[in-house]
Amino acid sequence: MALLEIKNLQVRVEEREILHGLTLTIDAGKVHAIMGPNGSGKSTLSHVIAGKPGYEVTGGEILFKGEDLLAMAPDERAAKGVFLAFQYPVEIPGVATMTFLRTALNAQRKARGEEEYSTPDFLKKVREISKQLSIPQDMLKRGVNVGFSGGEKKRNEVLQMALFQPSLCILDEMDSGLDIDALRIAADGVNALRSPERSMVVITHYQRLLNYIVPDVVHVMSKGRVVKSGGKELAHELEASGYAQFEDAA
Amino acid sequence: MNVALVKNDSVPAASSVFSAAQGRLPGAGKVADIRREAFAAFERTGLPHRRIEEWKYTDLRALVREVLPLAGSPEAAALARAKTAIASVAIAGAAKLVLVDGVVAADLSDLSALPSGVTARALRDVLSDQTNDARGDLLLTKAADPMLSLNAALATDGVVVTVADGVQLSSPLQLIHVATASKAARYSRSHVRIGQGARATLVESCIAADGAGAYQANDVAVIWIGDGAALSHVRLMSDTADAVNIASELFTVGAKSKLSLFNMTSGGAVSRLQAFFTLAGEGSDLIVNGVNLLRDKQHGDMTLVVDHAVPGCTSRENFRAVLDDRAHSVFQGRIIVRPDAQQTDGKMMTRALLLSDEAEADAKPELEIFADDVSCGHGATAGALDDSLLFYLQARGLPEKQAQALLIQAFVGEAIEAIEDDALRERVIAAAQDWMEARA
Ligand SMILES: Nc1ncnc2c1ncn2[C@@H]1O[C@H](COP(=O)(O)OP(=O)(O)O)[C@@H](O)[C@H]1O
Ligand SMILES: [Mg+2]
Repeated sequence: MALLEIKNLQVRVEEREILHGLTLTIDAGKVHAIMGPNGSGKSTLSHVIAGKPGYEVTGGEILFKGEDLLAMAPDERAAKGVFLAFQYPVEIPGVATMTFLRTALNAQRKARGEEEYSTPDFLKKVREISKQLSIPQDMLKRGVNVGFSGGEKKRNEVLQMALFQPSLCILDEMDSGLDIDALRIAADGVNALRSPERSMVVITHYQRLLNYIVPDVVHVMSKGRVVKSGGKELAHELEASGYAQFEDAA
Repeated sequence: MNVALVKNDSVPAASSVFSAAQGRLPGAGKVADIRREAFAAFERTGLPHRRIEEWKYTDLRALVREVLPLAGSPEAAALARAKTAIASVAIAGAAKLVLVDGVVAADLSDLSALPSGVTARALRDVLSDQTNDARGDLLLTKAADPMLSLNAALATDGVVVTVADGVQLSSPLQLIHVATASKAARYSRSHVRIGQGARATLVESCIAADGAGAYQANDVAVIWIGDGAALSHVRLMSDTADAVNIASELFTVGAKSKLSLFNMTSGGAVSRLQAFFTLAGEGSDLIVNGVNLLRDKQHGDMTLVVDHAVPGCTSRENFRAVLDDRAHSVFQGRIIVRPDAQQTDGKMMTRALLLSDEAEADAKPELEIFADDVSCGHGATAGALDDSLLFYLQARGLPEKQAQALLIQAFVGEAIEAIEDDALRERVIAAAQDWMEARA
């Protein structure tokens, strides 16, 4: 069953069309990889799904669990289970990570009509997750991502995924700027979250990440469109032959 | 020509206010002479206006226009309203000194229940004490300013507080100004003396009782901090949205002392805190933090003059303004380093967060440095909330207003965190949160 259906999506940024009729279906409980060269529109797609302002959708639609995702504000999308792990998570000085996590979790719960977490329950949950991800407690007291290394920022994104339990996780270039050890920790965290209740979209330029997070389905993006879809062997094919063949196809 | 016309509008009104007030003003003889001279000094300019450099951005002649008559002495009904208002700001365990419409309200104050080592008298009693030859000094200040002069002329009362040498106060002293009147003015003048080696927290609040409005407040505090003493002074200006509040504070800081001033202005149509600091003893630290939370057409001004008169002192000024709608915030900071004041370390930073395109922030930092071995600097920024931060928070489930509120809280938090007392800091954070929740 499809969790996310993107049909003929056309998106402009500052008068320039970036996505030219992109069609993509993400199955429930599956890990999809989107591969493509720099500038093919991968981040644009992830931003449009999350609801970042500044993108003009001029055609097509996105259905999430059958609902019109584009009609929802970013916070509604989050409450409904959309999570974007940013390629470059921002630093928010003055907002302690703990405060942020709690405010966000409770805002999502409130939007869904669920009860807010009590402080002890919340603390227990965060402690459990941060332990799994080897995130030291003192990091949680600091401002969100302030002074975090690249690896710590990505782990903080994974921590949020584990805390919010979204049904759709989009990971935009999770491997960028990470060394192998940092990548392994982050990937283990992501793999631990694989479940029949959750779909993942792993966006990457390189095949390397897909050795750690093995996808069920691979899509190739080129020039604002999905130009090929296949099994995980497609990633290896690309590794060998490069993107050039698809540039022509697109 | 134009100026003269406007001046004619305000000054005659002020002189009739001054003559009408005569029966209310404590202190005869020498004190009355000082008042007359002070009023004459005020009259030379009238309400300060944009051609007076220090008032360039806060033109009272345009913003306020008139000097309102003195508020009457508070009567039983007004005191009852004041009592209700005080309940919302009273700090448990703190000794309260309450001024209602500029007059000490003995029944609402803990004048007699002060911690040991602390004394407090009403200014009017001191001014009326013919045996005290120095009583007139209570109306004199080193700084010359029209609003200080007007205060000297019209001050009806205030508190004169001393904390004895070496006394360490564990709970704050609270000075509460309550307005109960409408379309009337109050002038209070208080003196606080922190003895050598003493340590105290002074919380000053400006509030209004139900039914008060469109009042004018002019409160002066003259604060002396002895050698080796520490004072944390927290001020909250929460006047009604149609009020005018021009507050002046004058500090003299001894050697090896620490003064931390925090002010937050969230009320008032026109507000200004002007604080004058003289660092008169070596090795002292001055920390000033200010927050303006303004909306609609509110005008808020923080003006600081720091005079490094001796070597080896540090001063840190940190100001944050959050401005919505058509609000206007002003920060003026002047650091003076006298020729002798080597090894001075003075820095100021002012930042404005503009939540609306029509909001305005003015900053005027000035360094007057006459010594060569110093480290001084200033910085200023103004801008909107960062869209990428807002989006990050929204993408994590925070509705737009809540995301904004969290970022605003972080922005002002950089000033509020300077308040060391946990309970007090939480109070100020809560007050800032109230302001944000009131955003539509
Ligand atoms: N804010 C923007 N303004 C103008 N052009 C943009 C903007 N964001 C992305 N683009 C352009 O859109 C194209 C796709 O970018 P992006 O989605 O970041 O690709 P990818 O993530 O696949 O590298 C690029 O040509 C890029 O220059
Ligand atoms: Mg990208």
